[in-house]
Amino acid sequence: MSIVTDTSILAGRTGPSGRLSDFFWRNPRILLLLMLTPPLLWLGVIYLGSLFALLLQSFFSIDDFSGLINYEFTLATYKQLLIPSNFDIILRTVLMAALVTLASAVIAFPIAYYAARYAKGKWKVIFYLGVMLPLWSSYLVKIYAWKLILAKEGILTWFLAKLNLLWLLEAWLSLPVVGGSSLSISYTGTFIVFIYVWMPFMILPIQASLERVPGNLIEASADLGGNPAQTFRFVLFPLALPGIIAGSIFTFSLTLGDYIIPQIIGSSRLFIGQAVYAQQGTAGNIPLAAAFTVVPIVIMGLYLWMAKRQGAFDAL
Amino acid sequence: MTAVLFQQVSRHFGAVRAVDSVDLAIAEGEFFAMLGPSGSGKTTCLRLMAGFEQPTGGHIEIFGETAEGVPPYRRNVNTVFQDYALFPHLSILENVAYGLMVKGVGKAERLKAAEEALAMVKLPGYGARRPGQLSGGQRQRVALARALVNRPRVLLLDEPLGALDLKLREQMQEELKSLQKSLGITFVFVTHDQGEALSMADRIAVFSDGKIQQLGTPEEVYKRPQTRFVADFVGSSNVLPPDFVEQLGFGKHYASLRPEAIGLGDGPGRKPFSGRVTAASFLGAANRVTVETNGARIAAMLPASVAVPAQGDMVTLSFLPQDLHTMDGAQ
Repeated sequence: MSIVTDTSILAGRTGPSGRLSDFFWRNPRILLLLMLTPPLLWLGVIYLGSLFALLLQSFFSIDDFSGLINYEFTLATYKQLLIPSNFDIILRTVLMAALVTLASAVIAFPIAYYAARYAKGKWKVIFYLGVMLPLWSSYLVKIYAWKLILAKEGILTWFLAKLNLLWLLEAWLSLPVVGGSSLSISYTGTFIVFIYVWMPFMILPIQASLERVPGNLIEASADLGGNPAQTFRFVLFPLALPGIIAGSIFTFSLTLGDYIIPQIIGSSRLFIGQAVYAQQGTAGNIPLAAAFTVVPIVIMGLYLWMAKRQGAFDAL
Repeated sequence: MTAVLFQQVSRHFGAVRAVDSVDLAIAEGEFFAMLGPSGSGKTTCLRLMAGFEQPTGGHIEIFGETAEGVPPYRRNVNTVFQDYALFPHLSILENVAYGLMVKGVGKAERLKAAEEALAMVKLPGYGARRPGQLSGGQRQRVALARALVNRPRVLLLDEPLGALDLKLREQMQEELKSLQKSLGITFVFVTHDQGEALSMADRIAVFSDGKIQQLGTPEEVYKRPQTRFVADFVGSSNVLPPDFVEQLGFGKHYASLRPEAIGLGDGPGRKPFSGRVTAASFLGAANRVTVETNGARIAAMLPASVAVPAQGDMVTLSFLPQDLHTMDGAQ
């Protein structure tokens, strides 16, 4: 009897947890602050802090005789980036990153388009598995596997020989710059492996952006007289562009910074990542390593600024 | 001239017969409505005309030309989509000029035509905005301008007023009607709102289960429904069971009787019947009274000036014999 009469309309909550949830309900901003503080501290102090420390290092220089760091602000280290042997490294890396990004986008778009517009149910699951599966295995294992695939005695050579296409491979390898004595020690090999390893990072953002394009926009374009090529150029591509840009940021910056793939597969010429590794490690030249690291950051900043000016994010 | 011709057209999706052996002929310059509940096949018919769907059987002609296998971008037919489908990354002016751009019309010329089209739908000077900055009613007008700027021979409208509020919808109905009259373009209009179809269309096709139940002028469809479905769907006519119709002296058929054809009391030349009031509701201009008699439930629309009988009262109601329509098919 008393239990029934006790239930009032505005039931009072008792106990500390009840009072606490009431307090958060009245002051939602405090709850938000509590939830965001740890990640903001992480991002602000640890990530941005170390980035700033790096930036600072790049303005120091190294004493050539003693090998000690000279803590005076100077642009001398940056000037070193411009000497031909260092500048070649930057040029080579940027060119490779640009080509890898372009090729990845061209290969990824049809796959992402299929997944976004046609794959349903089981096929969608297979798509996600197919794209994500390579990410589950070790990076190093994948690269060494590719080294075997691309090696002179590897499966690719064997396969091309079976198809009587060895002449094609040899013709390609005899080309200057992109060629070499085998694919696994040529720029072509580096390029192929970069594309393979970064492909999921290009497919998934494009697929997400295509997924958000309503099907009736495609129909509207056709209805207004746009043939499939025009529909792609004027509707589909502009609306997928934020996804392509997002994907290209991944592939471009990952290629700019990677030092393992060019180390294992490719010619012995250095990429930025390898230069950073060598300078901060064996050479002990932290300022030059830092200056090399700033290069991709500046390039990415420029890239994003240009993409924004071109209206790449207007459809966001 | 026949603008759109369907001969035994079917569109099946697996076992689902979305459109099942439909015959229809829409005349040039006609305002044609396809009315029906959702899933009745009316939208699929529209998509067959636009070219987004291909028929699984039958033959379609648009202005005498075979339409099967012709892609949407080669048809001189334009669509106003249900949710407008404006391109979010283009300005309003670019949206309206899109059709002319893909056809290769020069920039100055197409922008001028787009401005004119915007003026026609009463949105002059809105060209620089983006679709996201407009209200639903304004987007609706842009969608209309974007279709009409191409001077289509047939304009297809897929529930274009569905997302608008009542006031705006009534206003747009009048505007669409006068626009159609002044342009002389064939309009094919899909709707599930019978009031919209009745007030705007020259002819109505009532759809159900992928088939046309009845095709006729609004007056025919409203006053003389041929099937129980049409009687029920178009303006909720009373469908009288055969036994009751026989008692009234019209033979053993299903029959339809419109609620507003029924009056309180008897009079010369009228058919009377009596029943017990089970519900009465006030609708503003009229009172809707439901009466139960001999197992039939009959709704009557009585003018607001007449005193409303109380629930449970026995009342005498009557109607003119010509307002009762027997239906051949007892479906």
